[in-house]
Amino acid sequence: MEFVFTDEQVMIGETAKTFFAENATSERTRKAMAADGVDHDLWTSFCTELGLAGVGLPEAAGGAGLGMIEFAIVAEAAGAQVAALPLLGLATVGQALAAGGSDAQASAWLPRLISGEVVAAIAGSHNLQANGNMLTGTAHFVAHGAVAGLFLVASEAGAWLVDAGAAGLTVTPQTTMDQTRPYARLTLANVAGEPLADPVAAMAAARAGGWICVAAEALGGAQATLDRTVAYAKDRVQFGRAIGSFQAYKHRLADMMVDIEQARSAVYWAACAVDEGSDEAALALHAAKSFAADTYFRCAGDMIQLHGGIGFTWEHDAHLFFKRARAIQSMLGAGNWHREEVAKMILGEAA
Amino acid sequence: MKLGFSAADEAFRRECAEWLNGQMAGEFKDIKGITTLTEKAERRKEWEQQLAAHKWSCIGWPEQWGGRNATLAQQVIFAEEYARAGVPGRVNHIGVELAGPTLLTFGTEEQKKRFLPGIAAGQTIFCQGFSEPNAGSDLASVRTKARLEGGEWVVNGQKIWTSLAHISDWIFVVTRSEEGSKGPKGLTFLMMEIDQPGIEIRPIKQINGDAEFNETFFTDARCPADSLIGAIGDGWRVAMGLLAFERGVSTLGQQMGFRNELDEVIAAAKANGAAQDPLIRQRLAKAEIGLRLMRYGALRMLSATDHSKIDGAALTYKIQWASWRRSLGELAMDVLGQPGEVSEGADYEWSVLPNLFLYSRADTIYGGTNQIQRNLIAERGLGMPREPRGDI
Repeated sequence: MEFVFTDEQVMIGETAKTFFAENATSERTRKAMAADGVDHDLWTSFCTELGLAGVGLPEAAGGAGLGMIEFAIVAEAAGAQVAALPLLGLATVGQALAAGGSDAQASAWLPRLISGEVVAAIAGSHNLQANGNMLTGTAHFVAHGAVAGLFLVASEAGAWLVDAGAAGLTVTPQTTMDQTRPYARLTLANVAGEPLADPVAAMAAARAGGWICVAAEALGGAQATLDRTVAYAKDRVQFGRAIGSFQAYKHRLADMMVDIEQARSAVYWAACAVDEGSDEAALALHAAKSFAADTYFRCAGDMIQLHGGIGFTWEHDAHLFFKRARAIQSMLGAGNWHREEVAKMILGEAA
Repeated sequence: MKLGFSAADEAFRRECAEWLNGQMAGEFKDIKGITTLTEKAERRKEWEQQLAAHKWSCIGWPEQWGGRNATLAQQVIFAEEYARAGVPGRVNHIGVELAGPTLLTFGTEEQKKRFLPGIAAGQTIFCQGFSEPNAGSDLASVRTKARLEGGEWVVNGQKIWTSLAHISDWIFVVTRSEEGSKGPKGLTFLMMEIDQPGIEIRPIKQINGDAEFNETFFTDARCPADSLIGAIGDGWRVAMGLLAFERGVSTLGQQMGFRNELDEVIAAAKANGAAQDPLIRQRLAKAEIGLRLMRYGALRMLSATDHSKIDGAALTYKIQWASWRRSLGELAMDVLGQPGEVSEGADYEWSVLPNLFLYSRADTIYGGTNQIQRNLIAERGLGMPREPRGDI
């Protein structure tokens, strides 16, 4: 039992932080926001030069090995800059392929995902009809769907790989509040899907990967809103004093920090529990996703309030955090749903 | 980063559980499950001695002083099994968790020899003389005076909120030893024996009807000249060092008590149907998540190798647990409804959950109010400007 980063983990964190701070600049992110929501050059250098896209994926499939702790460290650093990257697709589809894909499926797709050649996206559908492996239905809110080359289409009935170029598939980009991770709508009309070898294992891994990814992003984002607001509080003078000297102001900063430290415990508890195959993993994942998302939203909202008028402008970055935070709250199960799952567990009602 | 325990640790867990459960089923059956700090105090002093006789009284201390030099993992395990077995809280937790580590850090060899064996043996029960009527949040404003006279310290003044003073043998006292000094300067940290004519203890009845806290009056109270920890005038540094120990491993034992309380709330909600209410379910889940995050936050804090500095994350712990527990008390009453406001007995005595509801109002006050905690977090953790001070 040692709940502290190893030297190697610290190093990965420093590498990732430096990389995103230097490259995922506001200017570049805004360029991506005005286009398709991905900083493609950044994604390419993240995958190829930095080689961090394979973190948490098996070495046999071209991954870097390591586990969800290291993946969370990377996602936290990306989230701190609200980087416009399709990291979530990698976390979900990549983990699904590794856990529930056949050897052929994993070796066909994982190296291309890890090298950045293909962007993946997960597409959940509530009305999917599967006629054999011919799929008909719709999937909404597919993150980075418009740039994806590979979809993992999932419903209650199963999980299929669908090539973006497949006949009968229509991808409609949607104007999305969070422009760093725009949604698309998928319409499938008798589209050929390739079933994953073990859809149950695949989807469990996709859910865990997705929850850890967005929770870690939320943690990084929340810490960034606090860091930036702290800097502003020292700098901005009103009534002849730095505004950070007013109790109403600094107590709010303190409350942000109290929540952020809990979110940090949540994210790394969940990642660690998944890596160790602990009995607590399910509870930890629900806790991490719901707590980190709510923390991020509260902190991003506070960031706007504590910056005053400038925080409400398009020019300032506060809205990038605020919108990402809001999106994370709703995606992959809203907070109330995750907490209801926890309630079932502690009340002994879990299936 | 890893959370799993080793096979050796699991063996240690079995050893702890076996011994503790054996005691709670045998000789000390009568104190099992007590949740207040005051009930059956005499038996619980005997329990301190029983722990000591089997080398369980201060396992984190060095072996030389009666401890086991236990690893962090072992201390975590002992704290968990202690609460799981339904063993009541330690009446000497101030001696073991605060006085002991303070002596180990700031005491002379002679002082260690004088005090540590008694604390380890459960013979010397300590209480803490910090707060005064006019020095609560502003602890540095203490006025209790100490002067050296004929080879003795002579102490005059008043302390308040001295938890468990009425069952303690010794008190450590922050005194003003330099006439006319102000704030954190000119303070001296003294160890005083309570059983003497110059010290009077008066209980303070609290909102739950219990009297865990006391007023302590010093009227020409005395202790030998070498009873000071640290140097004359260095009391503030020692007092602050002591407060840092409050964030130590003892927090994990405290959390296991919280676990028992939350389990009671969950059981009550299942029993009376409140668990069907979606809003109650959300709050139960939030309480569960909050408790788990407290645990992993504490493990993160304790696993950090650099203990010398209290980093920002550790500063957030007090407000976190205090606010969590106060919310749990409120949730408990919402779960119980009106039956929670009626006691079965004729006396103003409360079962665990109503008592939790009342007592937890103190949690966000003692040991630094939530408001003081926010100042500390903002100033020390985030580097915000210090509060402007009035004349002191």
